Amino acid sequence: MVSWISALDRKLLRDLVHMRGQGFAVSAIVACGVAIMVMALGALNSLEISREAYYERYRFADVFATAKRAPERLADELIEIDGVRTLETRIVRIVTLDIETLSEPANAQLVSLPETGLPRLNGVLLYSGRWPDPHRADETVVSKAFMDAHGYVLGDTVRAIINGRARDLEVVGIGDSPEHIYMLGPGTLLPDEKRFAVFWMNRRSLEAAFDLDGAFNEVSLLLTPGASSRKVIDEIDRLLDPYGGAGAYAREDQLSHAFIEGETQQLAAIAAIIPPIFLIVSAMLINAILARLIATERQQIGLLKAFGFDQREIAWHYVKLALGMVMGGVIGGFVLGGVLARLMTNLYADTFRFPELIFRLEPTSFVIGGLAAGLAAVIGAVSAARSAASLQPAEAMSPAPPTVYSKGVFQGVFARIRLDEPTRMILRHITRWPVRAGITVFGVASAQALLIGTLFAFDSVDTMMEERFHRTDAYDAAINFVEPRNVSALHEIDRLPGVLAVQPNREVAVRIEHGTRSERAVVTGLDPDGFQRRILDVDKNYTGVPERGIALSVQLASMVDAGLGSQITVDVLEGRRPTLTLPVTAILEESMGWPAFMEASALNALLGDTEVVTGAYVMLDPDAVGAFSDAVLDRPAIASVALQGASIESFETTLEDTIYIMMTIYALIGGSIAAGVVYNAARIGLTERGRELASLRVLGFSELEVSYILIGELALLVILSLPLGALMGIGLANLVASSMATELYRVPLTIAPSTYGLAASIVIVASIASSLFVRSRIKNLDLIAVLKTRE
Amino acid sequence: MTVSDMPDAADATSKRDVILSARGLTKVYETGDVKVHALRGVDLDISTGELLVMLGASGSGKSTLLNILGGLDRPSDGDVLFQGKSLTTRSDAGLTRYRRKHVGFIFQFYNLVPSLTACENVALVTEIAENPIPPEEALELVGLADRLDHFPAELSGGEQQRVAVARAIAKRPELLFCDEPTGALDSTTGIRVLEALETVNSELGATTIIITHNVGIAQMADRAIRLSDGRIAEIEEVGRASHPSEIAW
Repeated sequence: MVSWISALDRKLLRDLVHMRGQGFAVSAIVACGVAIMVMALGALNSLEISREAYYERYRFADVFATAKRAPERLADELIEIDGVRTLETRIVRIVTLDIETLSEPANAQLVSLPETGLPRLNGVLLYSGRWPDPHRADETVVSKAFMDAHGYVLGDTVRAIINGRARDLEVVGIGDSPEHIYMLGPGTLLPDEKRFAVFWMNRRSLEAAFDLDGAFNEVSLLLTPGASSRKVIDEIDRLLDPYGGAGAYAREDQLSHAFIEGETQQLAAIAAIIPPIFLIVSAMLINAILARLIATERQQIGLLKAFGFDQREIAWHYVKLALGMVMGGVIGGFVLGGVLARLMTNLYADTFRFPELIFRLEPTSFVIGGLAAGLAAVIGAVSAARSAASLQPAEAMSPAPPTVYSKGVFQGVFARIRLDEPTRMILRHITRWPVRAGITVFGVASAQALLIGTLFAFDSVDTMMEERFHRTDAYDAAINFVEPRNVSALHEIDRLPGVLAVQPNREVAVRIEHGTRSERAVVTGLDPDGFQRRILDVDKNYTGVPERGIALSVQLASMVDAGLGSQITVDVLEGRRPTLTLPVTAILEESMGWPAFMEASALNALLGDTEVVTGAYVMLDPDAVGAFSDAVLDRPAIASVALQGASIESFETTLEDTIYIMMTIYALIGGSIAAGVVYNAARIGLTERGRELASLRVLGFSELEVSYILIGELALLVILSLPLGALMGIGLANLVASSMATELYRVPLTIAPSTYGLAASIVIVASIASSLFVRSRIKNLDLIAVLKTRE
Repeated sequence: MTVSDMPDAADATSKRDVILSARGLTKVYETGDVKVHALRGVDLDISTGELLVMLGASGSGKSTLLNILGGLDRPSDGDVLFQGKSLTTRSDAGLTRYRRKHVGFIFQFYNLVPSLTACENVALVTEIAENPIPPEEALELVGLADRLDHFPAELSGGEQQRVAVARAIAKRPELLFCDEPTGALDSTTGIRVLEALETVNSELGATTIIITHNVGIAQMADRAIRLSDGRIAEIEEVGRASHPSEIAW
């Protein structure tokens, strides 16, 4: 034998080989924890690096502002604002597209390209083709996802309804921009590459189409390093104010950016919440395994101490054993985490339109994962190692006396119920080793909690869908006018084919201030008699729009730190731009965004308008959706139409793509914890009671009867863990829901009964599987050895 | 007596009611390349109610013989007949049934279930028996009527072994196998255990086979068999020459 490895370490290696089953179970759990950490941090890292590279290369702006019609010369004043490095004025408009293969209209955001040269900000990456010829009005560069989704190629034409006129635009280039990494169309929840596109066109062509000669309606600005975006925004708002400025906003409020930011926050939350559960469970398992091992190796420890090994060496020996047990898991976790991170990053390629997703695993995520697993091993080992170190050699070398049992606290209960002796053995064993039983119960409960804490997301999405599509936004189509119009415009909509009911709305961009907080928001004036867009109170019951004051969504209320009865300042960013002081008269439950609502006529009155509408919610005859779609395209006053049916459909297909993959991954991971915990408990039970069980076999007990003593105990513990796991699952789901909430959407906490059932079933199946695995060892109990040897 | 006399050894008891017979038993353990012949052809008839003591040095094959007779192990060759029926053809489940219905075991280190009291340890077996003695009576038979509710950890070694005796006989086994039942005990407690064995043998009529190193114990037997090198080297008709209390340790 090689001499560089000490005899004690050789023993350690042999112990590890001998305990490989249990070591594997612990490793599997550690591997899952480390893998999830590496995956989340790796994906987070890749997403951030890819985003930064894209932003940097294509000069994504820091501040954005829109106006109705600002003269181009204003740009000279805007560039003078302290802190502005460069800017670009543009014309940006949403229009409808008439796509033959789609039964409902799609939308496009038209974005102007500078008259000369390439965009200074929000650059466009041209994948193929060329830029539009400045002299040809109907040439366009189109976003890649839309081209791919429809199978369009360069040279194809797409019909757009621009200011009421149908125009066939020729695709001359395919591109993308950092402004639209998350490409969300108006009124939709998820990117829908078939129904939303960005079209980059000649500035002059758009100026002519929208009557914006020598003017712009959007400006993007890049700031000098260290400049205060807050001050710049205030100054922009002041300058744009006379030209219908709708309030400037910083990058943080840019929709695409905010969605990516939300995703990175969620990844960070996953890395912080989920892996600790795995590591706590593995620490507990290590503790139980080592405590049992030390009981078995009592005499050896006594011998080692008699030979002169000191306490520190003995303790370190067992800590090393624990580290050895998790080492395989850490390595496995690194590999698995790397693979999952790549998989996840690739999934992002479908959602986020990056020209290139840079996949990079930073060493720090491995270091953090490895250290966390090592820490779990040391924590798990410390009490067992200390008890080994403090054994007195003489005492340790004499055999352990029989375990002292007492009738225990349940004696009174047991006395009344007639129990068979094997059942009595189960109950006494549990009450004799309550900590160990507790570890098993906690471990299995953690598995179930983890399942509930991840699988509930699907219930929550269902709830969100249900709330949004069937309760609050129960309309079939949402129409937005190009600009505010008199209520008489509704007659035009009323006359469109298939329209059964129309509920007008008035949307207005505002800045809401309360105390030191300030947020941009949209206030929607609702017709109180309408039943297509409705609102819910915090208990999710329908409520009416308050006649006076303003109703804030829970999100907005928390963003500006306002509550029921708070007086808030509302700076209207359109029209006459009044500043209003309004009481908060209702707090609402809204799944998406941070909306605010007022009674439509009250809002109009405060704005000094009479009967102005900006859009309408429409209920349609299901058989006439096609006719409605065709007809709505011809209306010049309509900027965009969003059909709920199409939204629901795209939402569902997107979900279905991922739902089964994610469910399977969660089920495997949750199941592996349960299986690992039960397997370990069974192995410990078998080592500890193997002699007892073999004796019973000699006395004529069948394999099944003996298995009952071991597996019946585990079954009882698993059953006990189910209610605890459900409670822990609710807690975890709560934690996950609150840390997943972004400003853009909240995850409602809904756990369907079927989710509890699924989680419990996975745990039970995993437990049965590992019990059966251990049962095969009962078959191989050595009946002859127990006749002679003593433990 | 020599090995060549073996057929006579079998014949000697043939007139009485034979409960257990061994015919040409051999047992070879193979560990790697090494073959160990634990039994090299054993023939033996044991009569109903007989108290038989098996003597022999370590490695003489006496434990192997007991394991095979007790249905814990199978011979490499030869046959065991219980009440005229072969044991060697039985499946594992069949052997379990044999042990469950007909055999009682007493171990050198008692092997009580530590989480059950004396009474419950006996009840463990009576619950699966067809016509058992009530646990309390079984314990009374071994002189432990006052220790029913004690856990193993609360009993002395001798007391634990007497619980084991009570547990073994409570199902009224036809056969009682005792492997070094006094091996872990001092003489005083050992004698109490032997007295208990004698009592159950005579009162319940269980055929009792005791393995021991202790030559003195042979004096309480009907017959004493000495094994050597896997063969029966000697059979002695003792005829219960001494009461357990007279046995010298």
